[in-house]
Amino acid sequence: MTTATPFPSGSIRSVSGTTVVVRGDDIDTDRIIPARFLKCVTFEALGPAAFADDRAELANNPAGPHPFDRPEHQGASILLVNRNFGCGSSREHAPQALMRWGIRAVVGESFAEIFYGNCLALGIPCLVADHDTMLAIQAAAEADSAASFEVDVAEARLSCGAQSWQLDLAAGPRQMLATGQWDATGQLLAHGDALQATAARLPYLNGFSAA
Amino acid sequence: MSSGTLYDKVWDLHQVAQLPGGSTQLFIGLHLIHEVTSPQAFAALRDLGLSVRHPERTVATVDHIVPTTSQARPFADPLAEEMLATLEANCAEHGITLHGIGSGRQGIVHVIAPELGLTQPGMTVACGDSHTSTHGAFGAIAFGIGTSQVRDVLASQSLAMGKLKVRRIWVDGQLQSGVYAKDLVLHVIRTLGVKGGVGYAYEFAGPAIAALSMEERMTLCNMAIEGGARCGYVNPDQVTFDYLKGRPFAPSGDAWDQAVAWWSSLASGADAVFDDEVRFDAASIAPTITWGITPGQGIGVDETVPTLEQTEPDERPLAEEAYRYMDLQPGTPIAGTPVDVCFIGSCTNGRLSDLQAAAAVAKGRKVAPGIKAFVVPGSEQVAAAAEAEGLDKVFVEAGFEWREPGCSMCLAMNPDRLEGRQISASSSNRNFKGRQGSASGRTLLMSPAMVAAAAIAGRVSDVRELLNA
Repeated sequence: MTTATPFPSGSIRSVSGTTVVVRGDDIDTDRIIPARFLKCVTFEALGPAAFADDRAELANNPAGPHPFDRPEHQGASILLVNRNFGCGSSREHAPQALMRWGIRAVVGESFAEIFYGNCLALGIPCLVADHDTMLAIQAAAEADSAASFEVDVAEARLSCGAQSWQLDLAAGPRQMLATGQWDATGQLLAHGDALQATAARLPYLNGFSAA
Repeated sequence: MSSGTLYDKVWDLHQVAQLPGGSTQLFIGLHLIHEVTSPQAFAALRDLGLSVRHPERTVATVDHIVPTTSQARPFADPLAEEMLATLEANCAEHGITLHGIGSGRQGIVHVIAPELGLTQPGMTVACGDSHTSTHGAFGAIAFGIGTSQVRDVLASQSLAMGKLKVRRIWVDGQLQSGVYAKDLVLHVIRTLGVKGGVGYAYEFAGPAIAALSMEERMTLCNMAIEGGARCGYVNPDQVTFDYLKGRPFAPSGDAWDQAVAWWSSLASGADAVFDDEVRFDAASIAPTITWGITPGQGIGVDETVPTLEQTEPDERPLAEEAYRYMDLQPGTPIAGTPVDVCFIGSCTNGRLSDLQAAAAVAKGRKVAPGIKAFVVPGSEQVAAAAEAEGLDKVFVEAGFEWREPGCSMCLAMNPDRLEGRQISASSSNRNFKGRQGSASGRTLLMSPAMVAAAAIAGRVSDVRELLNA
């Protein structure tokens, strides 16, 4: 299921929408997008393949299908996870698949670093909650799958109606998202002189004569 | 906060600017690319009307999707062919060197850059592949990146990065016979967990590390990421310099002496301050093997699959999931577990010394009936060196298939994959659910010598018994 919601652009101060809970620690990027879907030269078709094998495994599960296959979660934009989400392979295909499925923000207990950076580069905030808070959030989300939640990026807060949970988001990513500077390319290119100066002082770029 | 470590020195030297969001713009000394994570980056560059700033600092090869039986073009798989053709076109358009099939230099990106002398101490190395940590074996700061960051490196030869903390992993003693760098790193991950390294660079040091060859150090640093550490490294020393000397892209003449002097100055000094330190004793480590679905679920080959009671409370849900998926019973010995497929290769363990260790076990023995066993050299150079000393014949006579270089069944993007619920003994780095190409396939990670032992016995075996036989 892909979504009509536009991909992130510009300043990202909040994300609103329904939620989808994917429980479990150490969910790796091979599970988020199995390697066979990496045989592509664009990211365009990845959305429907998010969690493909986990979904197939649960297709006939008596307790119900994978959350990404439940009707009530179609169109969800906030993903609620547990510890070390996105570990393993550096494949940006993982956040690309989630984004193209419809996810615009992730809240979890912790994230693998490369996955976190890949999300940030796409304008998808990953916010952190402590263990008990996360379990409370997941319980609240599962209790009312139709409820709209809001992630306030600037305040690092998740709310739903009268309920509200304090989250954590480092100052750097928070500012980058708020100012729309989460896409680093422009900033990196702005420092042409400094790049040249750095290259000029690296011994291995100068025949080791500067060593 | 760390100071005076190799990580601090290399970080400081490569700082370009402070960015508004609080991150640092870091110059990237060596950028490695391959066919899977680069095409979208080149497309983005095209969309933005940007060029490659330092095409001479980016080096390409093809590894993930290459078949290991016939590598004749066009590939039988049209998608694989399209990916390689796209890489070739992108490299030609931007003036980037591509070490392609048949060049004598093709292979897994983390095998070829070291063997060509491209990877050197004191560099920052980035690649769209999490196992870029491998290059830290040389005293480089090396880490995996996503495709948006590949685009950024192509455009600016730099990245927006946050500085990591540094944990020293100090290893005393000496590994016993039949115990390898793979066992050491599986033991470290088993102890510190797959999340233990998040936010850290791992510095591997101590007598046991100093005694490791460069290839063993690469195995160790390769799997730092499996412990959550985005980069791992070893301080450069004489072992490093001896390995590099004479390699095609290593410095030579006067520059060599100046390079060695500079490289030596980068090592963490006696006054270095670490954010954390953990100590291990190499002599106490047994051949180590995973039983579960993360690289942290490892045990000695002489141990039993841990019970829930032996598992930390917050790790129990994952253990229960692993029992179900692996169909292994808690409390039973891992030795004796029957296997279906035996895979020797990958960026973790596809180098010459890995093949030598496996061949020493296979020599004069036979692969057990019904077992599919195959060896995939890490590069064309590794294949040539192995063939020059007859390792290919040792393997073939024992009943292994001898294949062409590539990533192969580590992640199964080529035709090499598990079928159904097959269980593999694998010298690769990840035992995630579905990792080796079947959604229900199962993986036991171990050293190449242990894989060879499993192939001979048809079940998980302690390689020390074969080595002493």
